[in-house]
Amino acid sequence: MENPILDVKNIYKNFKEVKAVDGVSFFVNRGEFIALLGPNGAGKTTTVEMIEGIQKPNQGTISIMGMNWDNHENKLHRLISLSLQETRFIDKLRVWETVQLFASFYGLSRDRVDEVIGIVALTEKRKSFVQNLSGGQRQKLALAIALLNNAPLLLLDEPTTGLDPTARREIWNILMNLKKNNNTSLILTTHYMEEAEYLCDRIIIMDKGKILAQGTLEELLSASNSKEIIEFSTNDIISEELFCVDDVYKLIRDENSNSRKLIVRSIVDQLPVFLQKVKDNGINLSRLECRKLTLDDLFISMTGKHLGD
Amino acid sequence: MLKHPFTQLILIQIREFYREPAVLFWSFLFPVLMAWGLGIAFNKKPEVTKTIAIVLSEKEPVADFEKYISKTDFEKIPDSTNNTYYYSVSYGNENMGVTHFRLKPVSWQQAELMVKRGNASMIITTNNNKIEYNFDKYSSDGQLEYLQLSSLFDGENQSAQQSEIKPMAEKGTRYIDFLIPGLIAMNVMMSTMWGISYTLIEARTKKLLRRMVATPMKRWEYILSHIVARVVLCFVEAAIIFLFAYYYFDITITGSIIAFVALFISGILAFSGLSVLIASRTSKTQVGNGLINLVVMPMMMLSGIYFSYHNFPDIVVPYIQALPLTMLADGVKAVFNESAGFMQVWKYILILNSFGLITFITGLKFYKWY
Repeated sequence: MENPILDVKNIYKNFKEVKAVDGVSFFVNRGEFIALLGPNGAGKTTTVEMIEGIQKPNQGTISIMGMNWDNHENKLHRLISLSLQETRFIDKLRVWETVQLFASFYGLSRDRVDEVIGIVALTEKRKSFVQNLSGGQRQKLALAIALLNNAPLLLLDEPTTGLDPTARREIWNILMNLKKNNNTSLILTTHYMEEAEYLCDRIIIMDKGKILAQGTLEELLSASNSKEIIEFSTNDIISEELFCVDDVYKLIRDENSNSRKLIVRSIVDQLPVFLQKVKDNGINLSRLECRKLTLDDLFISMTGKHLGD
Repeated sequence: MLKHPFTQLILIQIREFYREPAVLFWSFLFPVLMAWGLGIAFNKKPEVTKTIAIVLSEKEPVADFEKYISKTDFEKIPDSTNNTYYYSVSYGNENMGVTHFRLKPVSWQQAELMVKRGNASMIITTNNNKIEYNFDKYSSDGQLEYLQLSSLFDGENQSAQQSEIKPMAEKGTRYIDFLIPGLIAMNVMMSTMWGISYTLIEARTKKLLRRMVATPMKRWEYILSHIVARVVLCFVEAAIIFLFAYYYFDITITGSIIAFVALFISGILAFSGLSVLIASRTSKTQVGNGLINLVVMPMMMLSGIYFSYHNFPDIVVPYIQALPLTMLADGVKAVFNESAGFMQVWKYILILNSFGLITFITGLKFYKWY
């Protein structure tokens, strides 16, 4: 098998008392798109920044195409490209001037500047000042700069956070085209489940500095024995033990929406049992929904939190 | 050439500069306005008007006051704004400058209020046929008014025969000659400290620095580009102030232009080093603001820009002279007004450059790139 383009082994990073990254290991193959999925404070950004050489791990190794930051800093700057979670470019520069500045660092031509501006569909805005761009356009600009040098490893830290669905979809399309046309590997941090599902070959779920699970979407979902969901809402005060008597049930209460989820092995088997209990206890259901397990459900069952929290 | 990262880094700063109207105002127009305002305030005032409060005792009719000033050519002038009047007397002549006094009869309370508000610095009272002058003994205005008025009231001639006043209007001796080189020096400090420190700190705050150092950009090119851009901008700023002063106040550089240029660049380098040091750690623009003010404000006050630092106690003068702005200002003044050449200012050039180099290296050593 081909060597991975990135091999992260058992890295740790502490900020004073806080364990930001607590023994993380994973790898990325050439051309593979990986999502680092987790709520705020999960350690995604710190992990990515250690790969980018911005931070040094307290312990563990990061190997990028067999190289590391201690010995190959100059080469790695050309092999990795990135967009940070939040970069504010200079307000009074135009789009093409900003891209050209970064192009000059890589010794790239004006043609390449125009090309990446085209790839991210900012050609019409190329003469606009950065201060006049919308949030989505600014993210596209950051993406254009990240794409400039055709780096084999691209790291995008929450590239669509705070964008409206249309802008998000546009970024996804740019990345999907990149996936088709190129040999680029991508690590994308996000707290949008659908983004990870749509774009990425493998998903790494992180929380509190640790990896909780990693694999393809199918692998993650099938790893859990329970695969189906009965979701219901009621205004009645109910005892949660009522639905947890049988060990096939796992009950998750969603604090935000007052809904409860039962993760079950088989809806066909368990739904009659559930309905019988509802009837016996005189519970009024305001909503009842049966469906397959999603990544979101899995995440909540692992961390007890929503991704956006 | 244009594609070179160093050129690009310089270009972005110049673009950022000229695209900000407020920056243009503060960098170009404000120093010129200041030179103009101060130049006018201190230069073109051959005649001044001063108000003196007169408080008479109740027994004395107001008109009796006129006997005290009978030896002067006084005029009684009604003040139409509040139905009162004042006596106008003048001191001096064309050669020494003329001071017009307005002697205004008021109550003691009003007189005190006038002094408290800075509208007058002397109160005159009368007692037993004697004039009493009340003024703060530390006020040079008060002292001068006393001398002028007492000689007027005593009817002493201004001794035109025994002595002669020759107005001094030589270039280099006017206040504006003192002021303009100082303003040019101060502008170097302000422009460099704010321009470099603030831009560097802001790039860190905005995480732009973090993004840039994640590319193959050379770090020394990044810092140096700020300094080179500042040299260009400072020259433009200084040229504007100088041209204004040249045409409006007839200011010239009497010494060596090469010495001036060398001194000017040394000043920029000295303050660039200091700027890099100030910007080396903080990622908060508010902290940066405070730090820059901490450095800039004392030098503005002490370094002899608006008035001579020899007004400070002798014991602190050597310390003031060791400040980079003092060195730059003294050097520029010497070249402008004292026909100084390279030989007279090389010490300033050497010290300013060394200061710049040391602070620059220290700043780089501690520089927080992420």
